[in-house]
Amino acid sequence: MSATTIPVTAETAGPRNLAFWGGAIGIGVALVVILRLIGNDYGYFAGYFVLQYVVLASAWNILGGYAGYVNFGAAGFMAAGAYTAVALRKATGLDLIPGIVAAAFVSGLLGLGTGYLTLRLRGVFFSIATLCLAVVLQTLIVNWDYVGGSRGAYIVNPLEIPPFASWGEYMFIVMLVLAILTVGIARAVEHSRIGRGLQAIRDNERAAEAVGVPTLRLKLIATTLCGALMGVAGAPLPYYSGYLNPDAAFSLSYAVNAIAMPLIGGAGTWAGPVIGAVLLGTLQQAATVTISSALNLWIVGWMLVIFVALAPRGIMGWFRKRR
Amino acid sequence: MSEVLLRAQGVGKRFGGFVALQDVDIELRAGERLGLIGPNGSGKSTFVNCISGDFAQHDGTVTLDGHALAGLKPHRRARLGLARTFQLPQPFASLSVLENVRVPLLFSGDAARATQRGMECLEQVEMAAKAAMLPRELTQVEQRRLELARALALNPRVLIADEAMAGLSNSEVDQIIELLLRLNAAGTAVIMIEHIMRAVTAFAERLVVFVAGRKIADGEPRAVLGMQEVEDAYLGRQ
Repeated sequence: MSATTIPVTAETAGPRNLAFWGGAIGIGVALVVILRLIGNDYGYFAGYFVLQYVVLASAWNILGGYAGYVNFGAAGFMAAGAYTAVALRKATGLDLIPGIVAAAFVSGLLGLGTGYLTLRLRGVFFSIATLCLAVVLQTLIVNWDYVGGSRGAYIVNPLEIPPFASWGEYMFIVMLVLAILTVGIARAVEHSRIGRGLQAIRDNERAAEAVGVPTLRLKLIATTLCGALMGVAGAPLPYYSGYLNPDAAFSLSYAVNAIAMPLIGGAGTWAGPVIGAVLLGTLQQAATVTISSALNLWIVGWMLVIFVALAPRGIMGWFRKRR
Repeated sequence: MSEVLLRAQGVGKRFGGFVALQDVDIELRAGERLGLIGPNGSGKSTFVNCISGDFAQHDGTVTLDGHALAGLKPHRRARLGLARTFQLPQPFASLSVLENVRVPLLFSGDAARATQRGMECLEQVEMAAKAAMLPRELTQVEQRRLELARALALNPRVLIADEAMAGLSNSEVDQIIELLLRLNAAGTAVIMIEHIMRAVTAFAERLVVFVAGRKIADGEPRAVLGMQEVEDAYLGRQ
């Protein structure tokens, strides 16, 4: 996971934060301008696809990368967010932005509950428990007619949404903002004492507890944050496609990508999931338009094999070693 | 005589049908140096784990400075000033030496001075020069020193050194004894659990002996080591 760590002091934190937020906003604006110049809606779709994985992978990294608790239930949390947005729309008529806020709340609560129930489990037992959670949630959704059950639910989107050029551009910008905020939150956690505590838990939970780290509380913070951000990643999904069914919302590819992307980019660092999501997300999109989307998980599998063999600490770890 | 800082009364612990500790009474006074010895499996580490909160004892009470520790998790006990080291060094492997020591400080209410205090703790164990290194780059004795520095960061009133000298050479044992004596001189009461008799006799001013989960002796080291029951326990002539 992470290599030698240098304390971030007050003197260095300010300029670093400024550089991060300035850089993130600069890249975001550049992406919007470039895609508008290209003027093809596919660009927005591909961008949305990659950015949704930036959010999902960064969220996974908070619990899996920093604390070392591998969550196999990413699809469950993401679907919880997506179906919260659907339920809110149906119940109140409120649309995307309130839906994202509600999704963060519901998925965060789900994360907190999962933490309470499972965090006494460690290693593979915790992972299996999170996988089970996703299966239980899917069964509930399939049998919940209010949100469409197994038939799925439709959301009719407006044809125009000024000042945006198209609905695709609007969705892309929403996901871009969510991605920047999520990465910012993950980075803030990493550099905070919570992050340091989570890293201590990952390295040696018993020793962390023995030196005064409130391990259970930190793990609950991590599961809540992880769940909330995964829900945020899922909330725009029904608005983007206009239709959501359980098979799509609980797709295996979300669970696999949420793990594979941080591992390939470098788990335990905020930049790792971003690099992994951009790399794997782009490759999958390229495969989808040139060959078939059926190749997506095949690509992820091969990438994992290659990285486990050549760079087990991911791209970030590889670069750190070479420095 | 100084006041009792740590008091264990009637402590008992069972694992299923196996009685690991039975009716153990131990008192530790402020600034005292206590040696805890006994054959393998006599319950020394189980006792330490009951004190530190890793295990919940089935019987008895443990108090620190008059406050009952029952139900308190290890991190709460650590913040009350009860620090421990482990039989095998357990550093945070991905964090630098300094970060290892900063972790307890970040959660101690002194987070703003964590780096400065961390360096002070490392200086106390003569590890300041290794602050940027990773634990895997340290020698065995340096890893022991790191464990002690991390415990020191808790500003402990009681330090439990659980076989802190296991696997060290004679000169390294002397280094750790000297270090523990320095920490004790600064006011920390120390419980040393050790199999190396030379270390125990050089360090402890009082000795407690466990055999089969029971305390069989408690007193001045020379007198305790001269007791027939202690000799029998070690030589298996019970």
